[in-house]
Amino acid sequence: MMKYSEREVKEICSAYSCDSSRMMDILRDIQKRFGCVPEEVIDLIAGQVDVARVEVDSTVSFYAFFSKTPKGEVVIRLCNDIIDRMNGSDVIAEVFSRELGIEFGETTPDNKITLEYTPCIGMCDQAPSALVNEVVITDLSSDKVRSIVKTLKETGDPLKLVSRLGDGFNAHHLVKSMVHNCIRRKGKVVFAFADCDPNAGLEKAISMSPVEVINVIKNARLRGRGGAGFPTGMKWEFTRGAEGNKKHVICNADEGEPGTFKDRVILTELSNLLFEGMTIAGYAIGAENGILYLRGEYAYLYDFLASVLNFRRKKGFLGSNILGKPGFNFDIRIQMGAGAYICGEETALISSCEGSRGDPKNRPPFPAQKGYLSSPTCVNNVETLCCVVRILDKGAAWFAEMGSMGSAGTKLLSISGDCQSPGVYEFPFGISVRELLREVGAINAVAVQIGGPSGQMIGEDDFDRTICYDDLATGGSVMVFGSERNILEAVKCFMDFFTEESCGYCTPCRVGNVLLKRCLENIIAGKGEPSDLDYLKDLGETIKTASRCGLGQTSPNPILTTLQNFRPVYEALVHEAKDGCRPSFDIHAVLKDAQNITGRKSVYF
Amino acid sequence: MEKPKIATTSLAGCFGCHMSFLDIDDRILNLIELIDFDKSPIDDIKEFTGRCLIGLIEGGCANEENVRVLHEFRRHCDILIAVGECTTMGGLPAMRNTIPLKECLEEAYLDGPTIFNPGAMIPNDQEIPLLLDKVYPCNEVVKIDYLISGCPPSADTIWEILTALLNNKPVDLAYGLIKYD
Repeated sequence: MMKYSEREVKEICSAYSCDSSRMMDILRDIQKRFGCVPEEVIDLIAGQVDVARVEVDSTVSFYAFFSKTPKGEVVIRLCNDIIDRMNGSDVIAEVFSRELGIEFGETTPDNKITLEYTPCIGMCDQAPSALVNEVVITDLSSDKVRSIVKTLKETGDPLKLVSRLGDGFNAHHLVKSMVHNCIRRKGKVVFAFADCDPNAGLEKAISMSPVEVINVIKNARLRGRGGAGFPTGMKWEFTRGAEGNKKHVICNADEGEPGTFKDRVILTELSNLLFEGMTIAGYAIGAENGILYLRGEYAYLYDFLASVLNFRRKKGFLGSNILGKPGFNFDIRIQMGAGAYICGEETALISSCEGSRGDPKNRPPFPAQKGYLSSPTCVNNVETLCCVVRILDKGAAWFAEMGSMGSAGTKLLSISGDCQSPGVYEFPFGISVRELLREVGAINAVAVQIGGPSGQMIGEDDFDRTICYDDLATGGSVMVFGSERNILEAVKCFMDFFTEESCGYCTPCRVGNVLLKRCLENIIAGKGEPSDLDYLKDLGETIKTASRCGLGQTSPNPILTTLQNFRPVYEALVHEAKDGCRPSFDIHAVLKDAQNITGRKSVYF
Repeated sequence: MEKPKIATTSLAGCFGCHMSFLDIDDRILNLIELIDFDKSPIDDIKEFTGRCLIGLIEGGCANEENVRVLHEFRRHCDILIAVGECTTMGGLPAMRNTIPLKECLEEAYLDGPTIFNPGAMIPNDQEIPLLLDKVYPCNEVVKIDYLISGCPPSADTIWEILTALLNNKPVDLAYGLIKYD
């Protein structure tokens, strides 16, 4: 039996006023307090918050960081994205397994330590990495693993694993993390902030009317930095013009696209800039409520960010009559995620903020019309909001001059993989992939994944193409693959990721991606046929067309773009089948069960 | 000139697709002007007598016998047509796919609520083909040229396809023939 006290559950619910839209916070606290959210507690919560039991249950089962069954006191989550694998996470996994005497997905018999895999935790520039409870451990080696296991067995305290602190605010007493920022190149917009007056942007904004602020953003031609590139000014205008008394600004800091980690650096080093940007957005659209949706993997930044918010409240940069402007009220709360990639999709993110499963919603209505709690809501990327501040400070023309035709300003790129200097680079839009590779010291690159798994993989023929919305759009993830890498292994890794992260709501995505993956695995195993390549293409296009949200609309991209750009790799593996029999169908394997049960052999095969 | 031949079979199916085929009614008299039946339950020919133009398959593969027959059809037929839900997707028999084979047999012969089996025996005669671990749609076992969905596809659908193929015309089914909801 689980140990939980009814009183404590009630206290936790009351702490959030038994508000069902704060379910994520309630469940996080419960999970933290009891190590799991058992069935009996689900009953209790449902009663306290007054929602159907199944709603609580489905939320618990949706998120990777919630569990119904108890886990160890310490949960080690080893990142298994492709970059970590390229940096030897397989060996790390073996050593963890051996040292702890358990397989992945298991807990040690003394219930102390659980070992799991997790998708990208935003540390590709210091891979292999792992989360130990909320503590990030970077640059793992087999040696380090041994001492980690030893320390955990002796003390059970993940904080003891951090010996040397990272640079900048990573060393702040509220962060105390070994993560490094790895800022490799500072551009003129985001990383130049250190040289500017705090709140210069906000002050200029409130000296204008909200409509003027929106016009400045429009004139600057700022587009969303999350990857989709929707014009920010237009989004604000729609939200401002939408009917509804209460409006909301949400900052999407659910940086889950594998290979992206630039928001991590902004959140660590430039949180004031970000919160200033959110405040300006609030002013422009007429919102009093802001939410920073922070991915569960970045929980180590929570206390620090909360303290920055408190500081801003004390200084009068948040709260009522901000900077003395009568009637300008705005405040921000942090909503923690709990390990779900889909929550980076804005409508799923809103569902999650409302305390539900991270299910995407139907569009229209768009969030600008009907978003968080059915009110007009503006969801912006972390980097977008930082650009806003700089545009207000320096002027629209200053910003619009940088970059390329359809893509003004600079872009933060998170670069990882086979290069000498992985890290965060700020370049003006319009830089070619070839220039980029030279800058990061990628000598033998043969393939580059632009925009993460949901983006595209390009080969050398395309290295003269440029990073911008009109050519190679990216939310920031750039993964470099050297000549010794197996492209299809990377593709398979991405498909594993998508099949795992699909929310399961719509069939094309839930089933289609599994079929794609299965076919790909057959091809990799040498059991593919030439017709499989057409099948992959047709099925991939169908999934893109028929899926409900951005996940399914992009999940076939790893296969589709490599089929286009690396077709010979596939062609070398497929063979025309003899007699029309599928090589992937192994009659001996599928008869094994029956032979064991009956104790007789097949008469035909 | 010799008439082209058609072979048909029902694997892990319910013969419903064959019934639907027979629903072409008197058109079967027109059909027989154009073709001969080879191995098929319709004329009860048990083994292939020669090369066939078209093979109609009903049902997925649930056991080794199904796989053997399907292989034979692939070897003897120029065009293989998977007729109906079970052939293309596994259909109802594939409901067992999420349950291990041993559990399925135990539920069916030992543990089910209506079972009377004092000898507690699971049938295991040499004559009984070995079951596959799962039920497989036919196109996962051999290459299939045409897949027709429906449970069953209507007689008109089957008729359209056969007449198109026999007249060397592209198979272009009207929406109404492949719409099932």
